[in-house]
Amino acid sequence: MAIIAVENLTKRFSGNLVLDNLNFAVEKGDTLYIVGENGSGKTTLVKLLLGLMDASSGKIKFDGINKNQIGYMPQQNEIQADFPASVNEIIMSGFLNRASFMPFYKKEHKNEAVQLMEKLHIYSLRDRSFRSLSGGQKQRVLLCRALCAANGVLLLDEPLTALDPLASAEFYDVLSDLKAQGVTVIIISHDVQCAVKYGDKILHLGRNDTFFGTSHEYCHSEIGKRMLVEGHSHD
Amino acid sequence: MIKYIFSFFQYDFMRYALIIGLFISVCCALLGVSLVLKRFSMIGDGLSHVGFGASAIALALGFAPLYVAIPIVIIAAFLMLRINKNSKIKGDAAIAIVSSSALAIGYTVAKLSGNVNIDIGSYMFGSIYTVTLEDVIITAVLSFAVIVLYAVFYNKLFAVTFDEEFASATGVKTEAYNTLLACLTAVTVVVGMRMMGALLISSLIIFPVLTASRVCKNYRSVITASLIISVFNFLAGLVFSIVLNTSPGSSVVIVSLSVFVVFTVASKIFKK
Repeated sequence: MAIIAVENLTKRFSGNLVLDNLNFAVEKGDTLYIVGENGSGKTTLVKLLLGLMDASSGKIKFDGINKNQIGYMPQQNEIQADFPASVNEIIMSGFLNRASFMPFYKKEHKNEAVQLMEKLHIYSLRDRSFRSLSGGQKQRVLLCRALCAANGVLLLDEPLTALDPLASAEFYDVLSDLKAQGVTVIIISHDVQCAVKYGDKILHLGRNDTFFGTSHEYCHSEIGKRMLVEGHSHD
Repeated sequence: MIKYIFSFFQYDFMRYALIIGLFISVCCALLGVSLVLKRFSMIGDGLSHVGFGASAIALALGFAPLYVAIPIVIIAAFLMLRINKNSKIKGDAAIAIVSSSALAIGYTVAKLSGNVNIDIGSYMFGSIYTVTLEDVIITAVLSFAVIVLYAVFYNKLFAVTFDEEFASATGVKTEAYNTLLACLTAVTVVVGMRMMGALLISSLIIFPVLTASRVCKNYRSVITASLIISVFNFLAGLVFSIVLNTSPGSSVVIVSLSVFVVFTVASKIFKK
């Protein structure tokens, strides 16, 4: 069952074609990596999926969730670097989409937050200040907040950019735990090697060619071979 | 000494000053948390200059300054948020242009109108001792509205301040909350100009939160501490001004600066 189906999605900015007739589907429980060089339309696609922007033509169909229930994990911004907020306060803000008219959070949300924090091993950090955490801890806090907002689907924008290798490895462990629990994960990444290693499906956005299929198919496709070889030559 | 200070509070003008000052201090501290953390500190400064310009024009035309300045400053706040987002002139430069132009236009209009009743100095640096009962009532009503709205939307304002992208992805109308914030700031700045003057009001917005974030670890405690610091700064500044016979606005700023320095040094020492 496809929980997100994208059909003939096209986006133009003042005549500039950014996404051209894009088709792909996300199945429940899948891990989909969206890769592609800078300027290939990854950010635009994220905004379209989240409903922050309208498509020029084409559709995005959701089954069983609505677009406000995608647990989004944006890239960290400069404001957050020295923002005085506790881990708990940040995580609770993930519940805003469920308490639209209430000025306060409900008890059940507080309990759910505690469970999710325990799952991600950040419960002991809950009263710490966000700005005092390490890069890996910060990412787990933001992931936890995304989970609070999510109804089974996560959308992570370059979650590993700022992480050292150890923290990255830990983050992948967390993701595989989530996958085991049936969470659908969409990850924007520029790391093609990891995409092939950890992803079920790959969506490659290119300026000239686009690929959508399983990781296995991607490894044997023209574009995939090219990207993987280039990736190796960088190492 | 204490008796001497308290003897002042038997006068109406002193009591009015106290009430107005407390309300403004609370509003500024609340809004300051969002503005400073969102990197919008300069907007408060820009708006107060626009408020000065608008008040000067209103006086020249024979209108009550407050009723002209509030709508104009709200419009200015709205525009400044827009400018910050998408324009060729960068936010800080745009605000600098707007504030100096508003100041210049206001001052020129005041001079041209030849209205000797306009005391430019009191609009620049505040004149809390000349407030009337009407001023007190308006300030109280507007401040109360600011405080209630801030409390009702507390969680949403937090989300929009910390991470606008995430907030809008979860369906929070970030645009609407930014506008709310701008309107509340506009109202607070115009009302607060009476006490602090156009040139000094932004210090009331910025100092409490900066001081509080030296030592506080979470958002709620930053807000609480800002409120306490803001009220303390005002009261201490007022006493300071009575004892030394200085301008209350400037005295509050000087106290705020001293408290900020003390907190900064203390946070450095306790970290070690």
